Amino acid sequence: MRELTIKDAINEALYQEMELDERVILFGEDIGGGAGRDEDYPEAADAWGGPFGVTHGLQTKFGRRRVIDTALGETGFIGASIGAAVAGLRPVAEIMYVDFLGTSFDQLLNQAAKLRYVYGGKMSVPMVVRTVAGAGFRAAAEHSQTLYSIFTHIPGLKVVAPSNAYDAKGLLIEAIRDPDPVVFIEHKRLYMRKTHVPEESYTIPFGQAAIVREGTDVTIVGVQKMVHTALDAADALNEVGVSAEVIDPRTYSPLDTDTILASVAKTGRLVIVDESHPRCSLATDISALAAEHAFDRLLAPVKMVTGAHAPVPFSPPLEDHYLPSTERIVEAVMATVNHQGRTSNTVVTA
Amino acid sequence: MARELREIEQIAVAPPDVDEAAGLWRRMVRIREFETRVTNISETKEAEGYLHTYAGEEAVACGVIPLLRSDDWITSTYRNHGHAIARDVPLEGIAGELFGKETGVCGGKGGSMHVADQDLGMIGAMGIVAAGLPIAAGAAFASNYLGDDKVAVSFFGDGAVHQGAWHEALEFAALFSCPVIFVCENNLYAESTAVDYHLLAGTVSAMAGPYRIPTIEVDGMDVLAVREAMTRALHHARSGAGPVLIEAMTYRYGGQFEGDLQTYKPPAEVAYWRSKDPLPAFRKRAAEFGLSSEELDTIENTARDEVAQAFAHASAAKWPSLDAVTTDVYTK
Repeated sequence: MRELTIKDAINEALYQEMELDERVILFGEDIGGGAGRDEDYPEAADAWGGPFGVTHGLQTKFGRRRVIDTALGETGFIGASIGAAVAGLRPVAEIMYVDFLGTSFDQLLNQAAKLRYVYGGKMSVPMVVRTVAGAGFRAAAEHSQTLYSIFTHIPGLKVVAPSNAYDAKGLLIEAIRDPDPVVFIEHKRLYMRKTHVPEESYTIPFGQAAIVREGTDVTIVGVQKMVHTALDAADALNEVGVSAEVIDPRTYSPLDTDTILASVAKTGRLVIVDESHPRCSLATDISALAAEHAFDRLLAPVKMVTGAHAPVPFSPPLEDHYLPSTERIVEAVMATVNHQGRTSNTVVTA
Repeated sequence: MARELREIEQIAVAPPDVDEAAGLWRRMVRIREFETRVTNISETKEAEGYLHTYAGEEAVACGVIPLLRSDDWITSTYRNHGHAIARDVPLEGIAGELFGKETGVCGGKGGSMHVADQDLGMIGAMGIVAAGLPIAAGAAFASNYLGDDKVAVSFFGDGAVHQGAWHEALEFAALFSCPVIFVCENNLYAESTAVDYHLLAGTVSAMAGPYRIPTIEVDGMDVLAVREAMTRALHHARSGAGPVLIEAMTYRYGGQFEGDLQTYKPPAEVAYWRSKDPLPAFRKRAAEFGLSSEELDTIENTARDEVAQAFAHASAAKWPSLDAVTTDVYTK
């Protein structure tokens, strides 16, 4: 079976959608690269394909008319994507690092997300913002954030964060065809991870979590890269006789609450692993879901394994300490497994 | 009613004396040595993360920063090593930061992209393009408010003009007559995108005109020319005449980051700018200021040793304590 990296799966999704639909165009900084040099110096053409080479080759194939290197102003091309989308195109804009969305946040927060609702639902904004997130790359505080929860918080935006190449291709094609604005978050430390990816085009519907490992004792929900850390932890737990079920929600808006709650009903324990900061995060969101809808099925308090309430530090040992580890997940799971359940809600003081 | 542009006074600028000239040379060769070493450690993977080198642009930092008072403000960018060296941040602290060690000037938390010594008035080295400009304008605003006569300098690249923050900072500074000097290091590329493509106004200085900010265009490969421009800009800002923008034309010898293959740079262009290298250009004129070639060699050799020692020091230094992950998030 053919295997592709996430990077190549995303490239293929864009390629196939662009071949199929003339309305699909790409905007972004250096997504081709070498702009302004390639006329006199052909070697400059398609010099980058973005800093991670994800869009490499698309400009050569589809030309600068459809793979558009913008100037270095995110507000301009995110706003322009909204305009182009309502006017009939299907723009896919790349924000080089999710951290850079700060500069253009109004266009996403107040315009893209609200343009349909505020005016009575007459227009749709079929655009995708592809962006890169994730710590562990020694990229320091302004190039390492995940920010999943900030986008998930905003009604009107859909939020997708694939953890493997198969999902990346199917979810990106779904995102391009979706009538609403989608923030498609890629993890920089997953780009080179390979899985089977069919050559033909396919879509994966939003709002369908994947149970990536079945188990009976505890439910571990992993967010994007943390799915893999959770799977490592599940292996380690298996050695000590604890059977962990690992869930990858894949999309955070919409969120497949049914799959998560059904799993919690089965296992009675929930651990959420998210490398983001802990406050007002996906981890707290999913915790609240369980507290509200699965309280009677829980055998132990929900545990969250997250990054720290601190910016991402540069120093390699500090950054490693900042991030959730297999050990921390195992520790959290064992705390839920070893939890002594109460028999009454009366606090007894000695 | 349009505000009048306050022209920059063409004050006479005396040439540097021998000590000042030696200081310019010392800084330039330190930067070149340091960045050569950075390229090496990037190739050997001794340092992790993104590394953005300043080689080729030495004349800008060294023509601007030594003229500042020790209490003046600076904002830098992710291409900051040259600014820190020109500000005389100890080399051990800069190398230590690149390695993420306890001895780093930011205690290892910032890394190469955020090297700045706040004790020396360097507010920060921002990883976001144009993020420093409004902050510098605000520091300059405070100077007017407090009457403490400080100025602020904000370095940025040619790509920054596309950010709203750039325009809003210029407008703020002009509106409130802030003593800030915006220094553009126009190195012909915003990442891999050439100015010929993205800079529709042709020059960055042309974009300051509508804000009634006077500008100086200068050869950014000539440290003496930059020094002269900065002297006039500083006189203007310090005397209460408001902001200035300097556009220094320079060239980034390295890629956008270490590891960038730079396939977008035509060889003839590289050769042209290499022929204007700021170090030999200064060396040719050093005798005018009383510096012999032996003295230049001594300074250069010393710089090489200092840089080697700084990297050895950083390499041997301890990692920060893991508790540091959550310290300094808040002041209290």
